[in-house]
Amino acid sequence: MSTDQPSSAPRGPQAFEKVLPENEAPVRFEAERESGIKRFQNLLHSHPTAIPGIVLVASLVFFSVMVGGRFLHPFNFSLIVQQVMIIGIVGIAQTLVVLTAGIDLSVGAIMVLSSMVMGRLAVEMGVPTPLAIAAGIGIAALCGFANGVLVTRFRLPPFIVTLGTWNIFFALNLWYSASETIRAQDIEASAPLLIFFGQAVELFGARLTYGSIAMLAMVAIAWYVLNRTAWGRHVHAVGDDIESARLAGIRTDRVLLMVYVVAGVICGIAAWALIGRIGSASPQAGQTANLDSITAVVIGGTSLFGGRGSIVGTLLGALIVGVFRNGLALSGVNVLWQEFAVGVLIIVAVAIDQWLRRTSR
Amino acid sequence: MTTSTPLQPVVQARGLVKRYGRVTALDHADFDLMPGEILAVIGDNGAGKTTLIKALTGAITPDQGEIRLDGKPVRFTSPMQAREAGIETVYQNLALSPALSIADNMFLGREIEKTGVLGSLFRMLDRAQMRKEARAALTRLGLMTIQNIDQPVETLSGGQRQGVAIARAATFGRHVVIMDEPTAALGVKESRRVLDLILDVKKSGLPVVLISHNMPHVFEIADRIHIHRLGRRHAVVRPSDVTMSDAVAIMTGAMEPPAQAA
Repeated sequence: MSTDQPSSAPRGPQAFEKVLPENEAPVRFEAERESGIKRFQNLLHSHPTAIPGIVLVASLVFFSVMVGGRFLHPFNFSLIVQQVMIIGIVGIAQTLVVLTAGIDLSVGAIMVLSSMVMGRLAVEMGVPTPLAIAAGIGIAALCGFANGVLVTRFRLPPFIVTLGTWNIFFALNLWYSASETIRAQDIEASAPLLIFFGQAVELFGARLTYGSIAMLAMVAIAWYVLNRTAWGRHVHAVGDDIESARLAGIRTDRVLLMVYVVAGVICGIAAWALIGRIGSASPQAGQTANLDSITAVVIGGTSLFGGRGSIVGTLLGALIVGVFRNGLALSGVNVLWQEFAVGVLIIVAVAIDQWLRRTSR
Repeated sequence: MTTSTPLQPVVQARGLVKRYGRVTALDHADFDLMPGEILAVIGDNGAGKTTLIKALTGAITPDQGEIRLDGKPVRFTSPMQAREAGIETVYQNLALSPALSIADNMFLGREIEKTGVLGSLFRMLDRAQMRKEARAALTRLGLMTIQNIDQPVETLSGGQRQGVAIARAATFGRHVVIMDEPTAALGVKESRRVLDLILDVKKSGLPVVLISHNMPHVFEIADRIHIHRLGRRHAVVRPSDVTMSDAVAIMTGAMEPPAQAA
């Protein structure tokens, strides 16, 4: 273009732009070329819980055929829900953190530490049980706060921070409990409220524990907070693109700090439920919750890169793992193949996530 | 627009200084934005135009100097404060969250909550209201070719994303909209749409600061051009008074600016 014509600055469309309408064909071509696979991909992308939902239904059908009556009995289903209850609750905390593009390796350690605080205070120190529970949840919140401060103030990667605090919290747990289990009889005698979540209602032959009901209620609350409040939108935005979120006026550090504190509180509630589930308070319980919660989150379709995922997916992810373990156990398959199946599930889930992300940009 | 009437600048800066260690990014820079105009800011890389814009949007706080908004001195220590004062910025990276919907993005950081207990206690978002207002804002700027206000921003084209960011700024900007390289990442056709959008924003009465390297775009829509050089305002020219190559020559120091400032 000529830039040297004096004084008359071009106004309105420039010459080279006038031919544009004729050149629109390639754009339309792109749009029409959308294949069936591509449409399927977009469908999955806009409904992130579709895949774990399909997998759960498929695995239920599969094991119904393989195992038959015993698997289909309502009691067996309620057993699966009981078995995934702890991972389901801790998975909510993990989902929050993963949505911010972080990861929390310390959730299990926070839960065990918190449960030992509850148990010792209520059973051995004679503190009123509600206060002991509050103290346990308070300690869990403090643990989450420590994680959050290290991530936001000291700008350390969440993986490293929580790898460190996992060990620290677990060591504190062994120290505080003197590596001793608080026995079920003692809890039943002096602090029955601690095993509240282990109680159950009978429903059509199923045994639905209060813990299972609490897990479902917490999933519902977390869904509401993440999808229907400004804070929930901010959690997504921070994980999606933290710099954009900051420029859009979100106080990203405050959101992140709160996420870790809330995750701690949820682990504290999980601690209470854990005592109800196993009947005693053991410093060695819940060891696998750190990684199992990440497994549930990943199989549930939440992206480890942050910003996208759902709490319902995590519940489905936890249930899928539960159904696989239960179904394989009932089939009489060696336990090692349960681990094998879970491993395959994780890799398939992440591969699907990557596939979906590639097309979205 | 006539400049014979003495208008008060919407944004005025005098003697801004910002040093980074031994580098002086702003060296007593001045700045004036008049009501209802499109002011382009051009300058070579490293001339300090980014620092100038950051000072105006609160991303940095200048070491010396004064910024006045509608004649009143202001001092921003964060982008939030500038936003609350009515200065909206469309950043080069757009500051959109790809996975969130158009409506969510429009209200990101200033969501509307429901009235009554649902809002005050349960902090429930008024999604219907946010959708309605987002749709209205996009319609005002002729952007309702975007049919679904709930679709994630990542499904939009580059130009459409730019449109959403501009609509957000135009909706919330009470005094000024600042745009950083709005056409840099766009194709020819989409640039055209965005330039029209900028003119629409101007028509709505909001003055616009346009930072751009694209001389044809600058010369097409700017009312005045602020030429930044060596950390200060080197000249202000009108696109009708100089050629593009003159403007580039002034910007690089190859030519003296015309005697009378525009």
